[in-house]
This record gives sequence, C-alpha cells and structure tokens, in this order.
Amino acid sequence: MTDKERQQLLQKLLEKQSRDKLTPSDRFEIPPQDMPEQDAAERRANVNEVALGYTPTQARLEALRCLGCKKAPCIKGCPVQIRIRDFVCAIADGDYTQALAIIKENSLLPAVCGRVCPQEVQCQQTCTVGIKFKDPTKAVSIGRLERFVADLDKDNASIPAVAAETGMKVAVIGSGPGGIVAAADTRRAGHDVTIFEAFHKTGGVMVYGIPEFRLPKAIVQREIDTLEKMGVKIVCNFIVGRTRAIEQLMKEDGFDAVYIGVGAGLPRFMSIEGESLIGVFSANEYLTRANLMRAYDFGKSADTPIVQSKKVAVIGGGNVAMDSARTAVRLGAEKVYLVYRRTEKEMPARVEEVHHAKEEGVEFHILQSPKRIIGDDNSRVTGIECLKYRLGEPDDSGRRRPIPIEGSEFRIGLDTVIIAIGNAANPLIRQTTPGLEFNKWGNIVVDENCKTLLEGVYAGGDIVLGAATVILAMGQGRIAAAAMNEYLAKKKKSI
Amino acid sequence: MSHKILSKEQLSENVFTAEIEAALVARARKPGQFVIISLNNEYAERIPLTIADADAEKGTIRLIWQRVGKTTAELADLKEGDEIANVAGPLGKPTHIENFGIVACVGGGIGNAPLLPIAKALKQAGNKVCSILGARNKELLILEDEFARLSDELIITTDDGSYGRKALVTEPLEELCKSEKKPNQVFAIGPAIMMKFCCAVTKRYNIPTQVSLNTIMVDGTGMCGGCRIEFDGQPKFVCVDGPEFDGHKVNFDLMMKRLGAYKDLEQKAHEKYQKHRCKIGLDKT
Ligand SMILES: Cc1cc2nc3c(=O)[nH]c(=O)nc-3n(C[C@H](O)[C@H](O)[C@H](O)COP(=O)(O)OP(=O)(O)OC[C@H]3O[C@@H](n4cnc5c(N)ncnc54)[C@H](O)[C@@H]3O)c2cc1C
Ligand SMILES: Cc1cc2nc3c(=O)[nH]c(=O)nc-3n(C[C@H](O)[C@H](O)[C@H](O)COP(=O)(O)OP(=O)(O)OC[C@H]3O[C@@H](n4cnc5c(N)ncnc54)[C@H](O)[C@@H]3O)c2cc1C
Ligand code: SF4
Ligand code: SF4
Ligand code: FES
Repeated sequence: MTDKERQQLLQKLLEKQSRDKLTPSDRFEIPPQDMPEQDAAERRANVNEVALGYTPTQARLEALRCLGCKKAPCIKGCPVQIRIRDFVCAIADGDYTQALAIIKENSLLPAVCGRVCPQEVQCQQTCTVGIKFKDPTKAVSIGRLERFVADLDKDNASIPAVAAETGMKVAVIGSGPGGIVAAADTRRAGHDVTIFEAFHKTGGVMVYGIPEFRLPKAIVQREIDTLEKMGVKIVCNFIVGRTRAIEQLMKEDGFDAVYIGVGAGLPRFMSIEGESLIGVFSANEYLTRANLMRAYDFGKSADTPIVQSKKVAVIGGGNVAMDSARTAVRLGAEKVYLVYRRTEKEMPARVEEVHHAKEEGVEFHILQSPKRIIGDDNSRVTGIECLKYRLGEPDDSGRRRPIPIEGSEFRIGLDTVIIAIGNAANPLIRQTTPGLEFNKWGNIVVDENCKTLLEGVYAGGDIVLGAATVILAMGQGRIAAAAMNEYLAKKKKSI
Repeated sequence: MSHKILSKEQLSENVFTAEIEAALVARARKPGQFVIISLNNEYAERIPLTIADADAEKGTIRLIWQRVGKTTAELADLKEGDEIANVAGPLGKPTHIENFGIVACVGGGIGNAPLLPIAKALKQAGNKVCSILGARNKELLILEDEFARLSDELIITTDDGSYGRKALVTEPLEELCKSEKKPNQVFAIGPAIMMKFCCAVTKRYNIPTQVSLNTIMVDGTGMCGGCRIEFDGQPKFVCVDGPEFDGHKVNFDLMMKRLGAYKDLEQKAHEKYQKHRCKIGLDKT
C-alpha cells in the first residue's frame, strides 16, 4: 500500500464513521499496518533503531481496526491495565494528546513499553480482532500505537506536578524501570527522593541490556531527565550493600522508606565442560560491553574491547538471546547461530524479534543444546559439541519438556559462545540486609503491596519476580510507590 | 560526587599513586576491597584498582597503579586538581583479618599495593608480620618504606640482583616455611604466575594461603561473569566472591590464559592513545 492509497482509505473510512456507518466487517477489512523498518541488509551494519514508527495515517488506520469492544478484553491482558480501548479510539479521532494522557494514567514509560512489551502474549493476545484472525500478531497493534503517541511527545513537555514537600525521605535502589516509576510516583507525592545506582549510567537493563537498535538510549535518558526536572536526586556509582547498607541508609542517613529494584543480574551458566574457555561469554557481559561501554565503536572512540568474532553461537531462545545474536551480527560476525533446546513455538522472545533476527541472517538451530564446549591448547574456543533433542510432555511451565536424543552428538565449529539462558538473583542485598525474606531462587518475598518483612522497605521488578518484563517491573514500582506513599503519610502523622 | 585528585606522585618508572576525594568509599572501605573507576561517561573502560589506603575523616582514598595500558596511562597523565569521572566502591569482600600468630605477606611488583592495607591490618590485629617483596629490579620496587615500618621482618628480592637478594620471592618463602618461624598463614599478591608458585610452595608445607586475583572486570557487582575463575572445579566470580581466595584451590593456568584474552585489542587502544598524546605534545612546541 502506498502512502497515497492509505490516505484515501483513511478519508473514506473517516467519512463513513462520521455517518455512523462503519461496521465491524469494514474494520476487519482494513489491512493491518506493517511497521516501517530499516532494510535488513542495511541494518546489519549499523546500530540504529530497526523499527521506524508509524506515520499519522498508518496510526489512524490501525486504530480504526479497533472494534471498541464493550468489555475491552485487551485491558485484562495489560499488566498495568491501560485503558486501551479509549486511547486507541482517541488516536482514531486524531486526538493524540488525549491518547497519551490516557496511557500516562497507568504507564509512565509508553515510549519504552510500546517498543519492548511482548504484546502478543499480553494486550494483543486477548484482543478480539486477534482472536477473530486466530493470530495475536494480527490483533490491533496496541504497542505500536502506544509508541506512536509517546514519540510525538519528544520534548516531554508534560512534567508531572509535584505535591508540597513532606520532608519524608525515600531511597530507590536501582534505576531500572521499576525504580524509575517508584521514584516518580513517590516524588509526585512530595517526598524527597534519591535514586542510588551501581553503574555510572542510569536506566538499568534498558541501558546496558536491551540494545540501541531496539530501544534507543535517548528515550530512556528522556525519562531520567524528567525525573531530575521533578527534583529526584540521582547518585551513580553507589552500590547499596557495599557503599552503604540499607540499614545505614535508614538509621544513619534518615531515609524513611526504601524501594529495592536491583534487578536479577547474576548470569546463569550451564555447568558444562569448557565454560571457562576464552571466547565464552555471558550475554550480560557481551551486551554490556557492546551497549553501556559502546564497544561497537571500538577504535573510533570506545576503550572497552570486545571480541571480533567470526562464528558465534548464542545459547538460548529469549529476548536476551535474540539481542546477543543480533548484536553479534552488527559487530561483524560472519555466521551467527542461535541454539535452542525446544522449538520456535516455545521461544520466550518477542515474535517480532525472532522475525528480525531471521531477516538479519541469524541461523536457528532448534531442538539442540551444547553438551560441552571445545577449546584449543591456548584455551580458546574452537567449537561446541551438541546433542539433538525432541519434545516430551509439558513441564511445570506448561511448555513441552526437551528430551536429549542419545547418541545424536555432532559438532559446530566456532570461535565465540554466548550463553543466554537466564539470570539468577544477585546475592548482594541478601548478604547485607538481615531481616529480608528470600525464596529458594533468592528472590525477595513481598506481599501484594510489594512490602517486604522489614518496616518501610518495599521491593519490585526482577529481584522479586525473577526475570520478568519492563512493564511488570514498572507495575510493581507503581504498586510499591502507592504503598510507600500511604505508609509515609501515616508515619508523618504519627511524628 | 566529586573525585578530585588531591595529590599525585610517581613511585617508579611506571607506577603512580594518587590521593583522591571519594568520601563514601573512604568511609565504608575495609582492607582487601577495591574500586572501579572510569575516566568519562560515554566511552571509557571501567578498570578495577585496589584501595591502597583511606582516610575516612578527610574523605580520601589512595590508589596505586601501574601503567600497563590505555586507561592506566591516561590516569597517569592526569594532574593534581583533575577529576576522575567515576569511582564506584568499595567492591569485593574484605579480607578476613585475625590474629593468626605469624603471617607471611608476599608481594610481587604492583601486588605490593593491594598487599599494603592487608599487611597493615594484620599488624594491627597483633600478628607477627614477615614481608617478602619481589621486583624485577631495584627501580621497580615500590612501597619499601611503608612495609619496613610495619613488618617485623622484611626481605627484598630482585630478579637481577640489583637490590636485596637475587632471587624469586618463592625462595625466601620456602626457607621461612622450613624454619622455626614457619607462618600460620600466608598472603600472596602479585602476578598470577608468582601467586601460582607461592601456592605450590605453601601447599607442600600445608600452610593456608590467601591470594588476591586480578581478573578482567566489567561491572564489578556480579552481573557479567567476565571475572569468573575456576575454584575447586567450580566457577566463582572474583568481584563478588573474592577478590581473595584460598590459593590452593585456584586454577591459575586457566586464569592466566583468560587474562590474555584481550591483549591485541588492548594493545591497539593503548597505541592509539600514545599517538594522540604525541600529537598533543606537538601542539605545544
Ligand atoms: C538483553 C535483555 C533484553 C530484554 N528484553 C526485554 C523486552 O524486550 N521486553 C521486556 O519487557 N523485557 C525485556 N527484558 C527484561 C527487562 O529488561 C527486565 O525485566 C526489567 O528491566 C527489570 O526491571 P527492574 O526494575 O527490576 O530493574 P533492572 O532493569 O534490572 O535494573 C536494576 C538496576 O539496579 C542496579 N543495581 C543492582 N544492584 C544494585 C545495588 N546493590 N545498588 C545500587 N544499584 C544496584 C543495576 O545496576 C540496574 O541498573 C530484557 C532483559 C535483558 C537483559
Ligand atoms: C580486584 C583488582 C584489583 C586491582 N588492583 C590494582 C592495583 O591496585 N593497581 C594496579 O596497578 N592494578 C590493579 N589491578 C589491575 C588493573 O585493573 C589493570 O592493570 C587495568 O585494568 C589495566 O587497564 P589498562 O586499560 O591500563 O590496560 P589494558 O589496555 O586493559 O591492558 C594492558 C595490558 O595489561 C594486561 N591486563 C589487563 N587487565 C589486567 C589485570 N586485571 N591484571 C593484570 N594485567 C592486566 C593486559 O593483558 C594487557 O597486556 C587490579 C585488578 C583487579 C581485578
Ligand atoms: S503497556 Fe504493554 S501490555 Fe500494556 S497496553 Fe502497552 S504494550 Fe500492551
Ligand atoms: S480488544 Fe482489541 S478490538 Fe477490542 S477494544 Fe481492545 S483493542 Fe479494540
Ligand atoms: S566483573 Fe562482572 S561479574 Fe565480576
């Protein structure tokens, strides 16, 4: 469809709508709007964002696909219950300001979530249009619409209002999505809020994990800038548990409440032979070198080295694996294999990213997993020995369990292995904060208000949920902030 | 937070020391811990350096570093009054200090820097401290006076015999282990190869030996796994499980190979910086 044709279609539809004649079957006939994208061959060689965003015409056409369902089942699929029907309707009407205002009632980071939410298993999974076409990727593209209106608000003119100072002090540990929202919401209530971040840059996984080509760092920075404009203090290079313990923050430094949002961030390895060889990386290390310290610019300006790989295998099937594989492509690898134990259907990665990875030439090896990593005399990786798998009965996670096929060993020649099989909880807070309760995976145990066992201490995001998503972390930051605001109001009265 | 360089000194051809403002780190740090520094926010490499000393009241820490590559060279070119963009810490587990009785502190090369705060704390805890310091030659020996002040016995060795005994540190260490002054505990910090051979000696005499490992690091908080070593057959992260380990269980051979993993690229970054420096020099003349 050309732009011209789109405009004509839009005119026709709007005209019909103004006469109240736009029927559901008319809406079903509107072609789902594809996302304009950088060409696959071109983007292999740059780190610019792949998805370019809808034009206003596309956005309105896509929004007109929404049936305006009475019960709006899409809302149940969104972890923070954004009033999806209403904001989509506002876009169809061309009222983008209103659309954004509706989204912002529930989500502080629409430019981020619109880009990285796994919509096909959240809001778009329950959308009536998707159900009608038996394919969540043909549902109303809620995420893309969210991104569209969020990107229009480039100067972020809308700085949330801050209530009168309460004199109560809040410490937010970690500047990931959960921390950002917890800080914004407690600051709005007039508390004196400080974010403590271990790294030299704020944004958490959105900055050092998710690559630039999927989530431009400038977008995250804009959110951080908003926080600063609201008067939130940010202290980087501060490792809670080492620089100061939580107890010291509360007893000596006068913080009345604390939100722990330190993320998961302890990479899992596979416990197979050869994992210490040179050329074996955790996805965290590989992505941090590439993103946070811009190793992809090595030789131009970055000091941080990153291996110049020719043949790379990424182990895993989640977002982290896709990001690693696609980063390896951009760093000039000739061959990038993605090795996963189950099939594409079970991959936890966003469907769109699986698709992008394939377009960019990543070769998928499904139903395979390495048994050992092989090295040369200098302890450098030369290959992996894999086993083939088949799928058995569903396991606890509901996905079919992979079962190794005996005697199916074969080898792949490589120089780099990136392990992306997930993260466990970082033990630092646990080791330095007596009184908190942890589950058997090392995650902090909280109640429905994200409150821990310690008075005034709340937690959320990956450190509570295990590896989760941006929107879930954000949702918890919001719940925790509401509970903290209530707690602090009471505390203030009692003084 | 400001991290101004308050004073700076050159200790030998390639070794420098500086006192740096870092109030929070100075207050929290314990012997054996380190900081991660970087010189700008966008492109700089993050490098770990041991906190050689600290003044909690003044809010300062002392770093001692050897110029080996780009970042340490750039750091050496900073002057008093300049700022270090990022200083994060203290990181790592503090050294376990107690009164062991007799302890031997063995330092090699730049390893004397991380060894100093540990030796100091051991002395304060009532230990009899025997220090053995090794260097390739007299010029490269650092911190002799500081160690002389705190040690009950000080032995110096150089590879070429230009100062002290012409020997490797393992020689006097073995003699000590055989003597009636056999240490109850040994601390060895220096190049991986030196720690490896010190541990081989102490193992023969069954003396527990702590080593401090200097693997390549990225975040220093347990997030990346880049600093992992093989310890007793298991992976451990030096930044959070260490940096000190029971040296008898460390796979030094593997660690040494991993340390060399980025040699070529580091060399490139360093050469580029050297060229850049020369150009700056030319501008002035
Ligand atoms: C490569 C990758 C790709 C992903 N892709 C997606 C995606 O497409 N969609 C999606 O929804 N989710 C994705 N995720 C998951 C998502 O990023 C996380 O679920 C989310 O960021 C968790 O947020 P959080 O608030 O728990 O904090 P995090 O983002 O985990 O940030 C925690 C912060 O706390 C800091 N910190 C840790 N310890 C301390 C301490 N002791 N003191 C001070 N600060 C500390 C850390 O440095 C970090 O900045 C991805 C994750 C990764 C790694
Ligand atoms: C916990 C810890 C504490 C440390 N404390 C000190 C200290 O107090 N003083 C000090 O001078 N150094 C210390 N180091 C080593 C220091 O971090 C490295 O020398 C530094 O990272 C080199 O950076 P560069 O950019 O100058 O050189 P690079 O360009 O990174 O490297 C140049 C050369 O040095 C080698 N090298 C790189 N990293 C290391 C390393 N970690 N150890 C040994 N050789 C390395 C490379 O193989 C290369 O040949 C410590 C390391 C750790 C892990
Ligand atoms: S926040 Fe995520 S799940 Fe919720 S509506 Fe937006 S894209 Fe869908
Ligand atoms: S379920 Fe789909 S069609 Fe129905 S209101 Fe929500 S977005 Fe619109
Ligand atoms: S430096 Fe990253 S885990 Fe140790």
